[in-house]
Amino acid sequence: MTGVDFSAAPQLAAILLYAAAAGFAAVFHRHRVALAAVYPVCIAAAAVASFADLAALIADTNAGFRLPLGLPSIGLHVKLDALSAFFGLIVNIGVLTSAIYGMGLDRDRDLSARIEPFFPAFAAAMNLVLLAGDAFGFLFSWELMSLTSWVLVVSRHWDADSRHAGHVYLVMAAIGTVSLLFAFGGLAGATGNYAFDAIRATPPGPLVSGLVLAGAIVGAGSKAGIVPLHAWLPLAHPAAPSHVSALMSGVMTKVAIYGLVRIVFDLLGEPALWWSMIVLVLGGASALLGVLYALMQHDLKRLLAFHTVENIGIIFIGLGLALAFQTNHMEPFAALALTAALFHVFNHSLFKSLLFLGAGAVLHATGQRDMEEMGGLIHRMPMTALAFLIGCVAISALPPLNGFVSEWLTFQAILHSPDLPQLGLKFLIPSVGAVLALSAALAAACFVKAYGVSFLGRPRSEAVRHAHEVNRFALTSMFVLAGLCVFAGLFPGVVIDLLAPVNLALLGDRMPVQTSMPWLSVVPTVEGRSSYNSLLLFLFIVVSASLSGFAIHRSVSRALRRAPAWDCGFPDPSPETQYTASSFAQPIRRVYGTIAFGASEDVDMPAPGDQRPARLTVSLHDYAWEMLYAAPARAVLSLSERLNVLQFLTIRRYLMLMFSALIVLLLIAAVWF
Amino acid sequence: MGETLTLLFGQTVQMFLVLLVAPAITGITRRTKACFMRRQGAPVIQPYRDLIKLVRKEAIVAESASWLFRVAPYLIFALAWVAAALVPTFATGLLFSWTGDVIVIIALLGSARFMLALAGMDIGTSFGGIGSSREMMIATLAEPAMLLVVLTMALAAGTTQLPGVADFLIAAPFTVHVSLALALVALVMVALAENARIPIDNPATHLELTMVHEAMVLEYSGRHLAMIEAASQLKLVLYVSLIASLFLPFGIVRVEAGPVAWLGGGAIYLGKIAGAAILLGIWEVSIAKMRVFRVSEFLGGAFVFAFLAILLTFVTREVLK
Repeated sequence: MTGVDFSAAPQLAAILLYAAAAGFAAVFHRHRVALAAVYPVCIAAAAVASFADLAALIADTNAGFRLPLGLPSIGLHVKLDALSAFFGLIVNIGVLTSAIYGMGLDRDRDLSARIEPFFPAFAAAMNLVLLAGDAFGFLFSWELMSLTSWVLVVSRHWDADSRHAGHVYLVMAAIGTVSLLFAFGGLAGATGNYAFDAIRATPPGPLVSGLVLAGAIVGAGSKAGIVPLHAWLPLAHPAAPSHVSALMSGVMTKVAIYGLVRIVFDLLGEPALWWSMIVLVLGGASALLGVLYALMQHDLKRLLAFHTVENIGIIFIGLGLALAFQTNHMEPFAALALTAALFHVFNHSLFKSLLFLGAGAVLHATGQRDMEEMGGLIHRMPMTALAFLIGCVAISALPPLNGFVSEWLTFQAILHSPDLPQLGLKFLIPSVGAVLALSAALAAACFVKAYGVSFLGRPRSEAVRHAHEVNRFALTSMFVLAGLCVFAGLFPGVVIDLLAPVNLALLGDRMPVQTSMPWLSVVPTVEGRSSYNSLLLFLFIVVSASLSGFAIHRSVSRALRRAPAWDCGFPDPSPETQYTASSFAQPIRRVYGTIAFGASEDVDMPAPGDQRPARLTVSLHDYAWEMLYAAPARAVLSLSERLNVLQFLTIRRYLMLMFSALIVLLLIAAVWF
Repeated sequence: MGETLTLLFGQTVQMFLVLLVAPAITGITRRTKACFMRRQGAPVIQPYRDLIKLVRKEAIVAESASWLFRVAPYLIFALAWVAAALVPTFATGLLFSWTGDVIVIIALLGSARFMLALAGMDIGTSFGGIGSSREMMIATLAEPAMLLVVLTMALAAGTTQLPGVADFLIAAPFTVHVSLALALVALVMVALAENARIPIDNPATHLELTMVHEAMVLEYSGRHLAMIEAASQLKLVLYVSLIASLFLPFGIVRVEAGPVAWLGGGAIYLGKIAGAAILLGIWEVSIAKMRVFRVSEFLGGAFVFAFLAILLTFVTREVLK
């Protein structure tokens, strides 16, 4: 292991390049030209790293060596295996597209010393997490990732909301890192060897593994945004500049998933039965609550951020299924579930980045994040609208795009759950499946709302009426991601086969080879049980749609007249009469919100003759925030206020206190020993 | 080679069969309703005439409409058509039946609904918005129940490919059908909701505030409306064929049996869907439409039935072992 191994050299070179860009921008932060140079360097580094990761994934590299950096006598273990390479590919595709978007930023308006030096540093930190081969390197780079992203979140520090977001993020990141610290402490055990290879060789006992799992779920889960640890995420992700939001929501949450997969599937050894149940329940809760929260939003970026919580829930459901099958030594199904989860990781990184970049484009063009002020952008920004539509269809898990493939694979894994011997799992998994179906349907509703209110209809404000298409860098970045969404949707077998080495390493089994299937169908387990061929379906749909359109236009009628909208005979020219984001969500709020958020509507109707307008007030409760965050914060505050009395005592009383404390301690010592 | 040609021919027959049969179901249902209301009613072929009339007419498009509004009808039609062509009607083992299982078919209809809801939002009128928003709400209630029905089927038959399920059920013991009875109830309830039938929605309504599906397509006219109408009719055929192939699978032939056997299968299939259309008509005259917020109770009921179906299937599996 200590021998010289060059297989991780391109990744390390890319990290050095990122670091150089960060350092360069920090030194020359007064020069806008220097700041603008950050993004091309990042593109180069990300391209090198993505190709290297792809190559490592295909070649199933397993390299490890030690750099003489970091702690004395331990050094820094660097490790590159299929899992790291797969997540590295995701991270660097995200960085690549965000950096392309960044190249189009306005040099005089958008570039600042608060963002450009930290962007490559953030990218480098995420890459470092994936390459870390020991707990010290992992935690160090994890913390570096948290801090650099925190700086980016508070880059608009004059805004009180940004400061609040930064504060909550910092607290949650600290809690997460402490939990991970405990998890790794438990993993290292009495020997105290923090290298992953040593940890893997000596798995801890059942009690300690349970504690390690809890620490990993709190630590990595809070970074990924699992309910109820998600509260920071919808505050922090939208507060950053949009291309950084794309990185945080699309990519950093995936690094957190990497941490969880690394600990649970790789380092912890044999899973216990209840692990899968916890992960499944957390996943189901996140999937459902995440999308319900998202539906209640009318700020486009916050909606997207909440929606990340839903997708992390879907990934957790896949991981939980994999654990359940692994516990029962049903490796082919475990491989199916893990592939589904990792495929969704890949998909979500693509379409969430795409949607955040699209939201950034809209923000750039109109200055608006509030959907209630948008409308009709499809006429003013046709290319952005097209890319955003592809993202919306993909994230709503609709065929033939990529989001559907991973959810379909998850459903296929769920359909195998009746073969499990445990009665608890037999009943839990169909319920989780129903929750997954519900959240998929709600996601479709959510993105009809997001797209319909912001891009369709008529403009609701002056700025939106005069919006302009964004520059070609932003469009390139969005279309690269949209193209990848389409590719992964039409050729899912390629992605599934790329995931085979990861599955083999973690579970010892893999899904059947997909690229050799007839017509490139996806076959989850055995032929004849279930299969899906998105390429053929896509061709059928395109051919029948265009043939029917062509036939009708050619042989029957092509006459078209533009006229005012019909609207049942009473069209109102005011755009105010359109359905808004809140009115779109109203039926869903009535049906689900009364339970999930204690939603209530209060109508204030003036008496006849009274001239004041009637008012409808909607109140929602965020129970997770109220119970898990606000209540402890209040308790700490009131306790500290009481203890504040101690700060203003006379010297006699201080002496008294110290004396009595001494006596109490001595008494304890006398009784104890 | 001859084998493949037969298969390809069978698939083509299926595609055009569902397309041709689709308006007839609507016609029979309307005719049945008229009979029960002691009206004369339009002839069964009226929906065909309506479609032809609409296709010939000039399309009037609102000034604020985008390209999405004009593309959506063809896409929705294509999605519904492809989905309907994957459901077994007169024969199983069609050439392309493996391109998607039942989840894919449901999801294709989901894509069609997504496009339709977006088209409803495109003009920027409140009717379009109200229709889209309620349609998506109803879909969120229907999909979990539908998934549990699928799970019950997969549990019984060991596959989610519809031809496989149908083949299994033709040969299955009677007890399996009994435990699937609850799933049938749930599936019928979901089908009523998905096809915007009474009591969820009224396809013949003229009262704006009660419309769901009709409100979404309010701005459509001419050939665009014809496409959307055809897509809804195809969707109805799809659900009727789905229920028929799962719960009344008798008479479905294997496609390899050749065109002569297909004729028998086709005749039985036509009988089944005509029966279903008459039943739908009787159902619609004997029940009133619900308030929109009662829909959650109706589809919640479907969910409970589907869940009970799973439990019952677990029990039957244990007993049959």
